[in-house]
Amino acid sequence: MIRVDVKSKRFGAEAVLSGIGFTLEQGETLAILGPSGIGKSTLLRLIAGIDRDYEGTIERPDNMAMVFQEPVLLPWRCALDNVTLVHPGIGESAALAALERVGIAEKAKQYPGQLSLGQQRRLALARAFAGRPDLLVMDEPFVSLDAVTGEEMVALTENLIGETRPATILVTHSEDEARRLAGRIIRLDGQPATISEDRTVTDKGKGAL
Amino acid sequence: MAVRILSLASLFLFWICAAVLMDDPSVLPQPWALAGPFAASFASGELPYHLAMTLWRVVWAFFLAMSIGIAIGYVMGRFPAIDRWLDPWLVVFLNLPALVLIVLCYLWIGLNDVAAITAVVLNKIPNVATVVREGARALDPQLSAMAQVFRMRTLARLRHVVLPQLAPFIVAAARSGIAVIWKIVLVVEFLGRSNGVGFQIHLYFQQFDVAMVLVYSLSFIAVMLAVEWLFLQPVERSVRRWRSA
Repeated sequence: MIRVDVKSKRFGAEAVLSGIGFTLEQGETLAILGPSGIGKSTLLRLIAGIDRDYEGTIERPDNMAMVFQEPVLLPWRCALDNVTLVHPGIGESAALAALERVGIAEKAKQYPGQLSLGQQRRLALARAFAGRPDLLVMDEPFVSLDAVTGEEMVALTENLIGETRPATILVTHSEDEARRLAGRIIRLDGQPATISEDRTVTDKGKGAL
Repeated sequence: MAVRILSLASLFLFWICAAVLMDDPSVLPQPWALAGPFAASFASGELPYHLAMTLWRVVWAFFLAMSIGIAIGYVMGRFPAIDRWLDPWLVVFLNLPALVLIVLCYLWIGLNDVAAITAVVLNKIPNVATVVREGARALDPQLSAMAQVFRMRTLARLRHVVLPQLAPFIVAAARSGIAVIWKIVLVVEFLGRSNGVGFQIHLYFQQFDVAMVLVYSLSFIAVMLAVEWLFLQPVERSVRRWRSA
């Protein structure tokens, strides 16, 4: 279970987040919506443990994965190594299977620079799911993709989440994306940002893109 | 490649013309006049022995200066507080003449190889640290975040995330480093060792034997070119492989 209780996060004198609390069960998917610059990514960095400078407590499982806005790959290691180096425990065949699952198995020995942006994102997804994470954090993973690729990626992500069933926290500014992937939506608003809305999605999957 | 050969050939031509104009083999012998002395000192084992002694000192100094310089540069690039403390030291050592360090090392440590190599290493560390510090400052925070979230182990992180980002800086420091190091090693040998290319040059300088001075310097230049082509350039190519793929 993930328990987030951020009392306050400030950059210098400016308070960015205040009084943000929620819990999340295994297999649940939560989308965080809100206008750009509100602090969604900041909150995500706190949850992922990248930024530890805040007041409050966050309980999270050890086995965690993250999909960033950019693919954030190791450009000097081939696609397969990008998976195995991050998950030394899973072995090469499992890593290959992860590449296979996102449809880039034949690119295993190529460097990220030789892949298209869409393929790089698939690789980032493969890396995230290969370790069968208990918590998956996604920071606007579908921005800067064209409509067709974006749709493919959302569908792929939906399936992967369904297979692996991690607790998922997804930051997005697309309401459609949120309703399609998430069972619950939190909206951030205000200055400093707080939770202005926390609702369960009843028509999950029906808000077609 | 054609330009390189032509340019080297013109340097030879310049030497030949100068030797003709000088018309005094004891001041500037013709290039082919060096063949005899070269063959003789090679056959006697003298030349290979002194080349090996110098190369051994260069290798030690190179690896010590590189590893210590990389460590210091990395720490200074990552931790601004330490950088503020160490930066003035760096400036002092960067501006300390090589000769002063060599003389002080010989005076304090003694006329031995530890002093010789220490002097060279101390001369080189500040350059390596300065270059690597720039690389460490430019490390991609996104990749660090990725390594942290996925809990990559420290060693894997260093080897696969940090080192590849520092590699261009390390290669630059290594290439400029080895050129400076071997020259300082010669000075160190000139001043206080009883073997090595620098010592031999000192000996033949006192005997005013220009031919042998040239034989030793050219032989060592050849050795260092071989190091550059057989060691440094292949390493650089393998480090850059992913860029050109």
